[in-house]
Order: sequence, then C-alpha cells, then structure tokens
Amino acid sequence: MQPNRLKQGGRIDRSRPLDFFFNGRQYRGYAGDTLASALLANDVSIVGRSFKLHRPRGIVGCGAEEPNAILQIGSGATTLPNQRATQVELYDGLEARTNKGWPNVNYDIAAVNDSLGRLFSAGFYYKTFMYPRMLWESYEKLIRRSAGMGRSPRLPDPDHYDHRNAYCDVLVAGAGPSGLMAALTAAHSGARVLIADEQSEFGGQLLSSAESIDGKSAQSWLQDTLYQLSQFENVIMLPRSTVFGYFDHNFLAIAQRCTDHLGGNLTGQIRERQWRVRAKQVVLAQGAIERPLVFCNNDRPGVMLASAVSSYVNRYAVCPGKRTVVFTNNDSAYQTAIDLHQAGSEVVAIVDSRIDGAGGLGEAVRNLGIAVFQNHVVTDVSGRRRVSGVLVAKWDGDRCAQINHTISMDCDLLAISGGWSPAVHLHSQSGGKNVWNEDLQCFVAGESVQNCISTGAGNGYWSLRSCLQSGHDNGRDAAVLSGFETVDLSLPSVDDLHSNALQPLWRVPASKDPDRCPKQFLDYQNDTSVADVRLAVREGYQNVEHVKRYTALGFGTDQGKLGNINGMAALAECLDRPIPEVGTTTFRPAYTPVTFGVCAGDHVGDLYDPERKTAMHEWHLSKDAPFENVGQWLRPWYFPRGDEALEAAVARECLATRRSAGIMDASTLGKIIVQGPDSVTFLERIYTHDVANMKIGRCAYGIMLGEDGMMKDDGVMARLDENQFYLTTTTGGAAQVLAWLEIWLQTEWPELDVHLTSVTDHFSTIAVAGPNSRRVLQNAGCSIDLERQSFPFMSVQMAELAGVTVQIFRVSFSGELAFEVNVDSGYALYIWKKLMEAGKEYDITPYGTETMHVLRAEKGFVILGQDTDGSVSPHDLGMHWMMSKTRDHLGKRSLSRPDGKRGDRKQLVGLLSTDNTTVLTEGAQLIENPDAPPPVPLLGHVTSSYASACLGHPIALALVAGGRKRKGETLFAAASDGSMVPVKIVSPVFYDPKGERQHA
Amino acid sequence: MFLIKCPFCGERAETEFSYGGEAGINRPLDPDALSDVEWADYLFMRKNPRGAHKELWNHAQGCRRWFGVERDTVSYRISRSFELPAGDKGP
Amino acid sequence: MKKYSAFGLLRNAIGHNRHWQPAWRNPDPKRKYDVVIVGGGGHGLATAYYLAKEHGIHNVAVLEKGWIGGGNTGRNTTIVRSNYLWTEAALLYEKSLQLWEGLSQELNYNVMFSQRGVYNLGHSLQDMRDIERRVSANRLNGLDAVVVNTEQIKAAIPMINTSANARYPILGASLQKRGGVARHDAVAWGFARAADALGVDIIQQCEVTGIQRDGRRVTGVETTRGRIEADKVGVVVAGNASVLASMAELRLPIESHPLQAFVSEPLKPVLDTVVMSNAVHGYISQSDKGELVIGAGIDAYNGYGQRGSFPTIEHAAAAIIELFPVFSRVRMLRMWGGIVDVCPDACPIISKMPVDGLYFNCGWGTGGFKATPGSGWVFAHTIARDRAHDLNTAFDLNRFTSGALIDEHGAAGVAH
Repeated sequence: MQPNRLKQGGRIDRSRPLDFFFNGRQYRGYAGDTLASALLANDVSIVGRSFKLHRPRGIVGCGAEEPNAILQIGSGATTLPNQRATQVELYDGLEARTNKGWPNVNYDIAAVNDSLGRLFSAGFYYKTFMYPRMLWESYEKLIRRSAGMGRSPRLPDPDHYDHRNAYCDVLVAGAGPSGLMAALTAAHSGARVLIADEQSEFGGQLLSSAESIDGKSAQSWLQDTLYQLSQFENVIMLPRSTVFGYFDHNFLAIAQRCTDHLGGNLTGQIRERQWRVRAKQVVLAQGAIERPLVFCNNDRPGVMLASAVSSYVNRYAVCPGKRTVVFTNNDSAYQTAIDLHQAGSEVVAIVDSRIDGAGGLGEAVRNLGIAVFQNHVVTDVSGRRRVSGVLVAKWDGDRCAQINHTISMDCDLLAISGGWSPAVHLHSQSGGKNVWNEDLQCFVAGESVQNCISTGAGNGYWSLRSCLQSGHDNGRDAAVLSGFETVDLSLPSVDDLHSNALQPLWRVPASKDPDRCPKQFLDYQNDTSVADVRLAVREGYQNVEHVKRYTALGFGTDQGKLGNINGMAALAECLDRPIPEVGTTTFRPAYTPVTFGVCAGDHVGDLYDPERKTAMHEWHLSKDAPFENVGQWLRPWYFPRGDEALEAAVARECLATRRSAGIMDASTLGKIIVQGPDSVTFLERIYTHDVANMKIGRCAYGIMLGEDGMMKDDGVMARLDENQFYLTTTTGGAAQVLAWLEIWLQTEWPELDVHLTSVTDHFSTIAVAGPNSRRVLQNAGCSIDLERQSFPFMSVQMAELAGVTVQIFRVSFSGELAFEVNVDSGYALYIWKKLMEAGKEYDITPYGTETMHVLRAEKGFVILGQDTDGSVSPHDLGMHWMMSKTRDHLGKRSLSRPDGKRGDRKQLVGLLSTDNTTVLTEGAQLIENPDAPPPVPLLGHVTSSYASACLGHPIALALVAGGRKRKGETLFAAASDGSMVPVKIVSPVFYDPKGERQHA
Repeated sequence: MFLIKCPFCGERAETEFSYGGEAGINRPLDPDALSDVEWADYLFMRKNPRGAHKELWNHAQGCRRWFGVERDTVSYRISRSFELPAGDKGP
Repeated sequence: MKKYSAFGLLRNAIGHNRHWQPAWRNPDPKRKYDVVIVGGGGHGLATAYYLAKEHGIHNVAVLEKGWIGGGNTGRNTTIVRSNYLWTEAALLYEKSLQLWEGLSQELNYNVMFSQRGVYNLGHSLQDMRDIERRVSANRLNGLDAVVVNTEQIKAAIPMINTSANARYPILGASLQKRGGVARHDAVAWGFARAADALGVDIIQQCEVTGIQRDGRRVTGVETTRGRIEADKVGVVVAGNASVLASMAELRLPIESHPLQAFVSEPLKPVLDTVVMSNAVHGYISQSDKGELVIGAGIDAYNGYGQRGSFPTIEHAAAAIIELFPVFSRVRMLRMWGGIVDVCPDACPIISKMPVDGLYFNCGWGTGGFKATPGSGWVFAHTIARDRAHDLNTAFDLNRFTSGALIDEHGAAGVAH
C-alpha cells in the first residue's frame, strides 16, 4: 500500500509496479517514480540524519537541490554512494540505505549531539582536540569515523565509460519551457542544436505544471513540442544529461547517464558518457531553484519546498502530507495550495508574510476557500521526527523584532517558499559575474564573458509566458550569432496572472534572539544555522568566503544550492550591509557531482596509456620474457630459460654475448633523419662534436645539451650523404628530441634549409653483438663484406640481408664487435628469426634491457636518465673530448658560469665494493664517514650497479663530488636499509679499457 | 579547453598543441660576449605578465609548426594567432 | 588572546557562544611599520608571526588584497612532507615539518596536522632507483624515510591496485611516516590569530599597487588604502610574484601556471594515508570530512585565471582510477585551480633583492603549502637580520646567474 499515493493523475505508470527496499524494508512504487517520490508515497518521512547534529531529516526538494535524502544505492562492486533520492529513478529491486543513524535512522543514539548543539558550534574543532598532543591521532580517528557520508565501493568498477566529442551551433542547457523554445527556434533556423537536460524526461517545470498552454495542458503542449524537435535532423536531444562544466572558449562537458535507471547488472554497456562539446553559442536555461525560509526548526521532516510539493502531487501523484500549511513570501507557493486542494488534500492555511498577499493566485485560492494569513509568519515548528504543527505570529516586517507566536496550527506538512534563485551556476563557471537584482531579490547572470546567454527562469523570468518568450528570443539570437537566419515563431498563448512582488524575508524573527532561539538552519546538510554565521562574524570571519569555510556553509554535496543565498543574507544582516555588498559566490564545476569514471572515459585499464610494442613483440612474448616499461614502450627485460631467475638469466646472456653472440631488439631507440643543404650547420649548433668533418658513411657518438648546459640526450649520428644524417635518440627522449630540433629550426633558424623526419616506427633495429656477430650476419646471407677493412667500426652501409634491404651500422653499446641492423618494420620479425637461425651454431642468445645495461656499464657507457639527471654536464661525465673548442652550440655558454667550473662537481666514476662481492644498491648515497651524525655530507650516489659475470665481481657507476681526483679513495655506500658498504673509487671503464674488442 | 587557431590548419582543440612559453626570447648571437647576468636573463628571466601575453604554441598533433599566440593570462581569451616572422621568435 | 580549550568551549556553549573574542582585529593601516609583509596567505602570516615571536619585531603589517588564506593556502591538496632529494631542500622542508609537529599547540589553534604518512609510488625500475636515492639521502639528512615493497603498500592501502597486470604496475614506494595532511584554512587563521595577539596588524582588502623606493632602498608601499611607509618590505604573494616584482622594476625567473585539484563527495574512511605518484600523475588523500582530495598536474601555459583546462582533470581522474579502480564510481564534487609560481629548478626563492630592504619569498611551485611554517620562519630571519639563515642560503636569487640550481624536478622525479 502506498498511503500517500493519489488515485489518479501524474506521469507514473500504475500498470508497472516496482518493488524496492529502503533500509532493508520492502516498499512499492511505480515506473516513473523517483526514489524520493516512492518514499514519500509510502509515507517514509525520515530519510537521513544531519552531518553533525544527527537531527532527523526528510525530503525537502525534488531535484538537484536536495540536501537531505542522500542515500547509498545498491551493494557490492556497483554500489553508489551519496545519491540524491530525488534524482534516482526507481527500478525494480532497487536497494537504498541511509548512511547515518545507529542503531537505525529512526532512532539514532548520536542524536544526543543535537542537545549538545552549542558545543558543536561553527569551527569548534579548531578550538579543541589539541591537548594532550599525543591524543590527536585518537581524536582524529573518532572525527573521521563520525564524518563522511556514503561508502565507496570496495571492488573495481565493472562498468564502462565513454567520451564523445561534439560540435554544435547552439547548445541549450536545460529543457524546461524556455530551453525548449530556444531549441525549437534555433532548430528552425537551421542551426545544429544540442539540448541536454538532467532529468529523465524533457520538460522541466512543465512536467508538474497545472497551467495550460495554447488551450491545452502544459504536458500536452510539451509532447507536441518534443515531437516537433525530434523531427529535426539538426537537433540532438539528450535527457539524463547534466551540463556540469562550462570551461574556456565555449567548451562544455555533459555527463549522460545511460544505464543507472535500468537497474541490475548491465555489463558491457556504457554506463555514462561524457559529451565534450564545443559550442558556438550557449543558451543557459537551467531554471531557478526555490529558496527555503529561515525560521526555528525549519529542518524538521515534513518541511518541504512548495514547488517540490507541487511536483510530487502533479508529476508523481504523491501527496506528501494530509494537512498542509503553506508559508511564503511570494505568489508562487499559492499554486501549491491550489495543487494540493485539487488533489483532495487539506490545506490548513497559507501563511504569507506580505501585507497585501498574492495577486491573481490569491483570488483563486480564496475562491477555493483556503484560509490566508497575510502579514503573518511561521516562527517555529513542533514535532521532532515529523512536523506536527506550526506556530504562527503576526509580523509587521521588522526584522529585528522579537515576536511571540499567537496561533498554532496542526499539520503534517509545511510547504515553504522564500522566492527563487536563478540557477546561475554555468554562467558563473563561464567566467561571468552574477549581479544582484533588487526588484527580484536574487542574483541574476551579469554580462556574458563567453558566447552564452541566460534565459527563462535562469535569468529571472518567473512566469511561464515570459519563460517561453525569452527562450524563443534567446534561441533565435543564438542562432543568428552563430551565422543563421532570423526565425520568429509564433508564441504559444498562456494566461498570465498578475502577481505581487516578493517580500524580502531572509530570517523570521523568533521569540528570542538568534543566538538563543531554536536553530534556524541555513545549510541543512552541514547543520549550519544563523547562530553559526553570527558566531563566525563575532570571531572576525567576516568575509563571505571566511564565513563559508568556517561554518561549512555550502560545502555539502548540494554545494549550497538551497543554503548559500540565505547564508549570505544572514551575513548581510549581521554586518548590517546589503546582500550584494557581502559578496557573491563563484560557482565551480561540477554543477552536480560527476563520477571519476565519466571524467576518465575509456582511458582506464589497458587503455590508460598507449602501449608501444616493437615488431618483435610477439616473439618476445613467446619466449616468456618479462617486460620493462620504458616510457610507453614495452621492452623485454630478460629472456629466462625455464624457471631461471633474473640474475642467472642475465649472467648467462652476458657471457654468451661476450663469448660468442647475443641479439637484442633495439627498435625503441628514437630515429630521426635530417636532410637538406644546411644539415651540417644545423647539427653543429645542436650537437657538441665536430659534424662537418664526419665522412660519408661514418658514425659518431653525439650528445646534445640543454641551454642550461646539462646533458639532454645522446645517441649515434651517421652521415648517410653529404646532406643527409641519421640520428638515434634515447628511447624515452625520442619525442622531446624531435620537438627540440623543430623548435630551434622553426623559431630561431628558419633560414636553414633542413628537413626532419621521424622514422622511429618505420625502422626496427636489431643489435647483434659478440665476437661471432660477423659470422651470424654472414650466415644469414649478408650481401656486403663485413670485415674490418671494408666495414670499420663506426660506419654504416646498405646491404641485402636474407633478401631484404637493410641498413647496417657498425656501432657497439656493449664494447663487443657488433652490428645494428635497421630494417623496415614490416620485415623485422622475419629478419630477427633469420638471424636467430643463422646464429644457432654460435648459440646466439637473445638478451633484454638488463643485460644491455650490464654490458654497457662494464664499458663505462652512461645511460641518460639513469647515470645522469638534470644536473649533470658533459664535463661531469668526462666528455671534454666531445666538445668543440671553437664553435658555439646550445648550452655551451652555461658551462662557463661559476657553478660549471666548480672543482667539486659530481663526476662519473666507477666503484668497486672493497669486499669485491657485494652488489651495491642502485641509488645508495656515498659518504665519507659512516659514523657522522645527520645531516651527513652527501658526496654522490650509485647510479648503476650490477653483478658482472664476465669480470667475476660486482661493478658500479657513480656520480661523486670531485670524483675523478678521488680515484683510489674509499667511501661508503649508504643504502635506505641502513647498510654501509665500503667502496673504492676506480675508473668507470671496467672491461676492455683500450676498446680493442669493438674494433675486431 | 582552449580553442586555438593554428595559422596553418585553422581552429583546433588545445589538446592538439604543446606550449612553448613566452615569445620573443631570441637566442643571443654571441653568447660568449654576455655576462653571466645577461645570460641568466636570457635563460630564465620572464615577463610573466598578468594580462596580454605573446607566447609560442606548436601544433604538435597536426602540422607540427610553431606559431605565436596573443592570449590574456587572466581571461585566457586569445586575441590572435600569428606566423612567426622569419628568424625571430615573434615580436 | 583568550586560550582555546575544551573547557572554554563548554563555558562558551553555556553562554550561547556569545562571548567569543575575535580571532584577529580589523585595524586600519598605520602610517608606518617596521616591516610590511605583502600577502596574507599562510606564508605571509607565518612570516609576521615569527618576526614578532622570534625576532621581537612587533610593528608589522600584513597586507592582503582579498581575504587572508584566500590564495593558494585555501586551494591546495594540503600535503605535508619533507622527503626531498637535495639536502638544501630536504633540510628546509624538514624544518617546516618539525614546526608543523607542534603547530596546533604553538598557535593554540587546531590545524589538524595528521601524520598519516605519505607514499611516493614507483612504477618503473628507474622510479625505484630514484626512490632509493632519495630515501637514502633523506635518512642521512636525519629525515624519517623508508622504501616499502608492493606487499607492504597493499597492506597499508587495501584499496590500491597492486596488480602486476596494471598498465604501470606499482613496484614499490618511499614512505615518510611523519608526513601527512593538515587543514589548510586553519593554518592561515591560526597564524593570523597568533600574530595578531603579538601586535601584528592584519589588513585585508588592501591591495599593494606600488613599491616605493628611494634610490636603492625601499621606503614603503602604495596601496588601495593609501601609502604605507616601511623600513623593510617582504613580498610573499604566491601566484603574483612577477606582478609585484615588476612594481619594483625587477624580473624573476618565474612563470605562473594554473594548478588544479578536485574533491569527491564525502565518504566514510577508505584511505588512511597520502598516495602520490609521479609516473601515473595524481595524488590523493582523504580529508577528515571524508572527501577524497586529489591533485592534478600543472597546466603547461602561463595563467593567472585560477582555473585550468578540463583535460588536465580528466587525466587526473584516469590516474586515480588506474591506482584505485574502486573509486571509478565515486563522484567529483568540486574542482578548482590555484596559481603556482614555478622556478626553473622547482625550488623557491627566499632572498634579499637588489633593492635594500626588499625581500622576496616566492617560486614555491606546487610545493608551498607544506613549507608554510618553515618558509615563514626563515623569511622572518632573513628580513630581521637582513641576511639569509643557513637553511635558505641556497635559495638565493643569484643561483640563476651562477648556475647553482637545486634541481629538484630535474633530478628527483617527485611530484610536489
């Protein structure tokens, strides 16, 4: 049974009953209900407890403004915390729970906080929990446990999210009467229109309106209009879609909820989609939000916004109470009394603060025989867990008066209206200011700073007729501004009743002053009352931003949609200044909360960041190689045989390479071709070495510096022709190096005729290293003579290999005789396999990045980013020999600054642990005195460290202050685990110091 | 997200571009002739104005050309994009 | 200043909270001060407090163009830690951390400094080398720091994704247990209240429009509330340092960028520590109120708009989901941006300037909040003694000429 459900009317489907659960108890509602309307239909009055004082709270609103009915929906991986019941569409089997209240939401022990309310005044936590200091951690645990609202899922999200980019001429935010008129008018002009609305159905206020348009019901006009809109090919209509963010340059984000309303597990579908819209013009038609009135105990369950009551009655066929008092300072709430009356519910009285009461609606109400108490206010509410009556007093408009009630009325529902605030959130997000309209007593959108215009109730037009009119005009103008013809549609006819002006009534005086009277709430969710604002002011927190932060006003999940304006009014009263002078609020995205998921879209899991794989990736996979992430690349780390561990595999790979032949996938190196008549000039400005004297067909090791003189990148440079060079870069540096070359070429030296082509992905690189590498290539069918006389170290030649054209570089990063084969990536796997086959008799051994690191470290070759950071110069690495003495190049000037000439700069050295067995920890700091108290002077650190199977002992590279002069000295390597290992400083070249092997 | 007009390709989303900082900082022709202070001025010192700012952008995911943009650093409004004069990082 | 205590709270509650004293006065500016501090953020207020407390200089004004704590102090992700790589930075931040540890009691204002630990995650072998390097340096500098492995991370942070199949698996982390978070607004308010009690004038809605000098010496400032004379002027205006410098005809090696952050709706406790990741760029903690507080990356362009571009937020959300797939359904409540003044070496400038009596404290980049008390402490020393303290000697403006940068971002690879 649904005790509060009306027999007829509403937009619910009585033929589709839906069962749902609230705090474990089963209830029934209908398709078309929200969770809130279904709860009200079932006469559930307490739906939560307040944040601080644990006061029982009921449903107040019917949309995004709802501060109280914040529920946990569902369970397990798909549970949703902090859902506003007013925005949750009912589905069969829906489970909802309250978050607060022990043992339950109806009887909550912590409600004792309410009796101690004055202890929990604004900012109380800044004034206590400090002593003794050691107890703070325990206090904090208590605070954290009692704070918070819903519960996060504890299992990964099984759902998918999506992004979609869209462009339109006119974006209409909000599909109420003005938004629909704007969209319709713009659509007629031919503009591409996108109209989005947060509700499940378009229509906004029309969905619950009792007014008539063009002689028919508002709902029937709505249906016709939606049909018309749907016939336009240039219109996209997005219900359940909240325009939540308005960013620079008319970029807006819309969160579309696709599946939540269907309930159940719908894996495989997109749960939410973010529309990322660039609009030429935006029409902001978000409507207005009704304001509560501020009086004692105005938070009791059963106190609701008048417009919400109307919505529940008219749209959902739910009458939230049996005996209603309406309390208002404006005309609109009179309609609620009429709606209730028409639905057969008793309206006890309308209490209107104004002397002259309402205009046209006042007459209608009197004709229905509803009592109106003009010049009266509701001062207090009786009933703790549900409104049981109101206390009413005559009031002469003096806000400082203390008044005693003279009348009490029994009721179980109090419908309140303090007037309306246009939803200026998106306007504010767009950078626009909000300005105070004295006539309307509300903030309206000020001048637009982007291409947008506010319309309808969102711009202070309250009547339906003016909403339709302004929507039409603004839609037309938006279309024209985005380049379309003027179209004028005939406006539907609407009765426009005369209404009387609203009376400013920001706080109802009570029988005691605001510090002593029962709490007058401003922000329901955060329990911020008038007394809290007054306390903040008393303590010096007088700027509106200080007040908000000190009292938590507006920091709830409703973001102050109901409370902010009343809070500012309370502050204004306290400071005795007009409301606009105490400041306006700047709204930030999101208009209503949006999931992290919809922000991220599908950039999660495997798609979080692109994976770059080489042409040989599948082969590496088939060998069970673990991979190392290097930038976005996946590189094989080592190739275990059986259940071989890293150390054993690396030792084997190293020995095989040094003794016979190893093969490595070096495809991830960046590759750039430089060509054009000015290539030499250009490269000499970038690189430090002598480029002009390089012979065609020769290679050189090259380094480039940042303008700060520090190492930027390194690689091999090959001169392919007079005016053609081939560069390699580090794996991680490829993109930056290309950008670096481009910016200099384009912005500083555009007169140079040079062209850059990135070929990183076009060519794959296979390194074959070891004394038998030449034989491996010969075996594989290499068309050229690979002997040292015709193909010396540091040279490059084109060749045919196994029938494929390749480019072979005789360069070595291992110190062995080695060849790097560059091959079109389409043939790379084929060549790799051919080389493996050809190397079989030499036990050719694939090796990964770890062995590459060991082999190069044995030779003292650095890896940029590992053996260097942004503070290492080429001199620090002992690369003086690479620096042109005569020529300027990037970064050179910086090296002659005082700091570049310091004798104690950190320099590259080798390290041996003095016991010759301990493998040092990479990253360990180097110090002189292991017994020194902190702060211990830090002389440098271990940059690379390995067990060397070839040498039979561990080796390490390090940066050490004044290191080159310290050779032979003993330092201590201090690791994070507290170990101190004595080490001796040696040359960084451990293997084949004369470099003979690579020349073999 | 900005809408930036590449002088070569037209208006595109900010995510296609990379930023290059203040325009008009030309590399000294003879760095060795500069004092350390003058060199530091070139390297590090920036106008960083609150308001109109001439800056470099690169259409990194498009034509890869560098160009100049005049943008207000408070309102973020872009008043114009311009091709860089030859041999100059902008006016 | 009436002391705050549980007893006081009770006594005032009985009196309907009508007898609380203002936390600070609201004075009109005097004609002249010994020291004028420009900028009423946490750093400026701390500077004024320590000038009065440590150096006996009470004739001090803090000039704030808006409301105190309204700049980056109120716009950050509240993380406090000191585990920087380079000794110069580590010791400065460690001084600050030590001050944080007693700050609630020192100020008699609960700044809710919660030492819940800070994890800096490593996702690659190089990340782990850098972590080892930084942690071993931290330990030798007397900081608390440890390297933890994936299992230890999972045990402490059950919601985190430590799967080896993640796009960038977590390989380990550094942990500074003494690190944590604090209540940002309270820091500004606490310093303001304590400074005010020592005689400092806190003057809000007072924008400095000019810096006046007599030859090589500063003489005062021009403000929207008139001219104010001062023997010394300390400028500490995060997000506007270049603007103030230009008033003194100086240029700084600083660029101002938007830095964005966002919070979720409040949740019951689900994350008991601070997690930062540089490779998967995002950082996250949970406030005492229950909101997940998430820091995004810096926007590349110069910007004073206190807002950035939405794709930056989208990336941060994706990063958080990469680390915590359970948070995908949690909702972002509010996003905002601050203005960070970034130096080329990601370290601040706390320095005398080429004009006598003028001092700048700026360029904190994304790392300023954690430094608040320490920054104020050394800046007060620098102003009072007209020379840097040992802790900020290295943070001199001259390092950009000599080349002696403290390259914290080039080297450490640590998000601030």
